[in-house]
Amino acid sequence: MAIRRGRGVAAINYPTGMNLGGDPTQALVHSTPTGNFMVTLSSVDLGQGMKQIMAQICAETIGVPTDRVVVDTADTDTGPHCMGTFASRGTHRAGNAVIQAAREARQVMLEVAAEELEVNASDLETDGQGNILVKGAPQKSISIFDVALSAHFKRGRSISGRGMFLIPRSYPEKETGAMKPSTCYAHACTVAEVEVDDETGEVTVLTVKNVFEIGRALNPKMVEQQLVGGSWMGISHALYETTEPYYPNRDHGGTDFNQYLMPGPGDLAQTEIIVLERPSADGPYGAKGPGEMCANPQIPAVANAVFDAVGVRIDTLPITPERILRALKAQAAN
Amino acid sequence: MAKVPVQFTLNGSEKAEFIDSGTTLLNALRDKIGDTSPKGGCHQGTCGACSVIIDGELRLSCLTLAETCNGAAITTTSGLAEGGVLHPLQRAFLDTFATQCGFCTPGMIMAAKVLLDHTPNPSRDEVVEALSGNICRCTGYEPIIQAVLTAARANSQNAA
Repeated sequence: MAIRRGRGVAAINYPTGMNLGGDPTQALVHSTPTGNFMVTLSSVDLGQGMKQIMAQICAETIGVPTDRVVVDTADTDTGPHCMGTFASRGTHRAGNAVIQAAREARQVMLEVAAEELEVNASDLETDGQGNILVKGAPQKSISIFDVALSAHFKRGRSISGRGMFLIPRSYPEKETGAMKPSTCYAHACTVAEVEVDDETGEVTVLTVKNVFEIGRALNPKMVEQQLVGGSWMGISHALYETTEPYYPNRDHGGTDFNQYLMPGPGDLAQTEIIVLERPSADGPYGAKGPGEMCANPQIPAVANAVFDAVGVRIDTLPITPERILRALKAQAAN
Repeated sequence: MAKVPVQFTLNGSEKAEFIDSGTTLLNALRDKIGDTSPKGGCHQGTCGACSVIIDGELRLSCLTLAETCNGAAITTTSGLAEGGVLHPLQRAFLDTFATQCGFCTPGMIMAAKVLLDHTPNPSRDEVVEALSGNICRCTGYEPIIQAVLTAARANSQNAA
């Protein structure tokens, strides 16, 4: 009986969004009278930071600082249509819709500015600080604050835009069954090192080294945070989480979240995160969906590391001490 | 049911309320007094999101009856900032991106504050021990551990 060490590797690719009956998201953008911008969505910020990302995307497209954008999410009674925040689709789908809406709003904004400055709208540019300038003659400028006031009170225009992003439904080809379930894939690879006690079946994950290819990281700190937390959650899925920890005996099964096992702060593997940025062709400013995939590659990597350590292949999750001991017993019997 | 009077200090100011006997401190704080910084996660003492400080000790407000707090001094996360200046722990949680959905954060900060009040320069193991009664689903804990160590370093530099 000994503690045995093993190493496992796994790689995944993960589609951004889904493709059942088509995958649409709409967005609306409008200016307030003082030149702030409102993004209206039905997409939900679950805490992953969607509001921040949508504010960045809107601000970048219109040409204003991010703090000039307010994002209103998740009233499905009154907001524009969105399929929802799931399948890692929020940044990609809603972001593309926000870009389209913000472009339309920007065009109206430039048209109003052009009337005020008595120039052609195509000769205008934004400085990203809240001003609109004549290209090549930056002394001739107007603040977006004044443009909004003019639109609202003088020229009777709505600085607003509509955005609609749709991944249409893909039907399989009759002959081959080939289809295009997704237009955008994120990728990841994990190497996990574990120790397995072959007497107790207990697994300790010593290190996880993760590489994530997630398109452009629109907010690098938030991406890192998502990936660190996701890596932990992947280990949690691999080794701990189940609603039936005492299967097949339901008498002692978990009854609520108090008995739903997850690793705590004392059970952390040494975690390394490397981000590769390969901008996606159809993503908003090159983004992909890093949401769910960040918790996926750790699971097969840990299973492979357990196999490397003690030579048993566990194909049911989570990989509990009981399952390892039963497999070791079966292995010894053979 | 007859109402019961309770009186205690919350973040330095006197509070007095009539409550139903059996009301938890968590519900009294959130529903009667309007301090929503303690969060109700499990309502049975396992998640730590409702943690508050009562007379210097870390307590689960979901398992504490409000009427047992008469005369106590209670601190919640909403009382940590002074004026517009965040407490070093709040600052560190922000700077190290130690919060994601944010639901566990007030309880984490309360647990960390009690640790640093007693142990200004904790080891990593001591931080882990102090946070072990608080559940987080988003961050994987490492950023939270780093935030507490960062706040401890900031405190010791200010003291030096």
